[in-house]
Amino acid sequence: MTAEHPMVRLTGVSKRFTKGKETISIFDHLDLAIPRGDFVAVMGPSGSGKTTLLNLLGGIDRVDVGEIAVADHRIDGLSEGELAAWRAANMGFIFQFYNLMPMLTAAQNVELPLLLTRLSKKERAARVHTALSVVGLADRTKHRPREMSGGQQQRVAIARAIVSDPNLLLCDEPTGDLDRQSADEILSILQLLNGELGKTIVMVTHDPAAANYAKRVLHLDKGRFVERELAA
Amino acid sequence: MNDFDLVRKNLFRRKLRASLMIVSILIAFMIFGVLAGFHRAFTLGEDRAAADRMITVNKINFTQPLPIAYYNRVRAVEGVRQVTFANWFGGYYQDPKNFVMSLAIEPSTYFDVYRSEFDVPPEQLQAFTRDRGSALVGEKLAQKWGWKIGDRIPVQSNIFSQKSGGHTWDLTIAGIVKGKVEHVDTNFLLFQYAYFDETRSFGKDTIGWMILQTTSPENNDRVAKAIDAMFANSTAETSTDTEKAFGKAFVAQFGNIALIVFLVVGAAFVTILMIVGNTMALSIRERTREIGVLKTLGFSGPRILAMVLGESVLLALLGGVPGLAIAALIAMALRASLTNVAPAFAVSPTIMLQGLALMIALGLITGIIPALNAMRLKIATALGRG
Repeated sequence: MTAEHPMVRLTGVSKRFTKGKETISIFDHLDLAIPRGDFVAVMGPSGSGKTTLLNLLGGIDRVDVGEIAVADHRIDGLSEGELAAWRAANMGFIFQFYNLMPMLTAAQNVELPLLLTRLSKKERAARVHTALSVVGLADRTKHRPREMSGGQQQRVAIARAIVSDPNLLLCDEPTGDLDRQSADEILSILQLLNGELGKTIVMVTHDPAAANYAKRVLHLDKGRFVERELAA
Repeated sequence: MNDFDLVRKNLFRRKLRASLMIVSILIAFMIFGVLAGFHRAFTLGEDRAAADRMITVNKINFTQPLPIAYYNRVRAVEGVRQVTFANWFGGYYQDPKNFVMSLAIEPSTYFDVYRSEFDVPPEQLQAFTRDRGSALVGEKLAQKWGWKIGDRIPVQSNIFSQKSGGHTWDLTIAGIVKGKVEHVDTNFLLFQYAYFDETRSFGKDTIGWMILQTTSPENNDRVAKAIDAMFANSTAETSTDTEKAFGKAFVAQFGNIALIVFLVVGAAFVTILMIVGNTMALSIRERTREIGVLKTLGFSGPRILAMVLGESVLLALLGGVPGLAIAALIAMALRASLTNVAPAFAVSPTIMLQGLALMIALGLITGIIPALNAMRLKIATALGRG
């Protein structure tokens, strides 16, 4: 069932960029399947296509050729508006630099995706509290980003990513701006979200220590995957 | 939290910048309110002017007199229903700074021509007609000085003198004139031309201007041509025009108020438009990454467009509404002292609505380009992930 219906399926995906007169091929008929409940770390040298892969999976960028399906739902043909609605309902994104709104409190930052739902104020508040509790920041709801450490800000960003209960989390170097201890805390939370709550996670990282938290690592080089299973 | 909270918080994320923009807009709308109030005061008479009423003045200038003999000749012109006349007195009460808008009029015809504007109880009008040394005062003027019927008031002229010497005419108040419709200015004093002409030391048998009512507005052109042709090549040629045109020409003495309003407000608006537009564009550019994040979270392009436009409109309203309110307070404070110059000076509900429309237009114009840019922004570009 899982193998037949993966969370993410890329079929014959090609993507090129034009830089001046030069055309750079990032992917050429790339295939990929990520099962539901997987935690995949994507590693590779700069320019290997890691960020482009996340952009394509998140509907932020479009394929030139090929198909992308997330939870059996084709996203490569959706309009901008449909993609926005799809992202709001199905995907959580965690950035390297947290990208919190500086003028909003932690709770307000986490509430942002819920403004796109029909939930009542009370229901939104309950969800925000749950999400912040999961990341261990239930006591920091009224703090603004500048009043928190980098690790705490990233935890708020994780809470924001999971508050609408998406099945897929895309993480772009989530620990790239953190010290080792904070990084371990963040990765532990991601492991918890994957193990306990069944979230499928695709994490781009340069850090082998971070990759060790994943169930498997995909090495991306010149637009091709080299897979290596990790010991559980 | 909702979208409005987000808009509000975005606007005030840099408090000093937001405050300075609000103050700029406030000043612009304060100027708009005050100037529009003045414009209204000067043009209200034009709007009230009856379509079938015309004014005949000396062709050289309306301050030059006309022979009183013209009166009967104009009455005989075909298409004229009624004619009356008046003479500027240049009056003041007790002190030259207490200007009183006073006219020497022909009592039997004046209130017939102005019957749709002024209301005088018949017995008071009769008393006024009977007593050559009496006066009718407008309700507002009477209230200002606490005058009542029977009071004897000395009115002085800064133009005319009496044959017996002196510049003072003692007049008994025979009645109070009320306005029949809203905004009719009753800040005036009227007394009998016959008495004035008999007692003045110069200018005998001349009048200031004639006010005539035609049988129909369609006859206006023909009547005007007939009258002016009648006195062509005489020592006092005439110029006859509609009351509205005369009012406009009179107001033009104070400068082209509409032009001043347009230029001052226009200059202020264009300046503010550029400042606010530039600042909004800068503010949105600073938030490129955050807009990318909002889009990643699922905020659609049109929703982002609405939020940016909402921010610029909110900014315009936060500056504009207090600006208009201050203008209204200024108008209220100055109204008493400007009662002789611009009696209807006020920031009316119409001006308020025009101001609100301008605020929204200002907000939309200054916000549209940054809003469109934000709407079209590619997430990958915004996040530096292209």
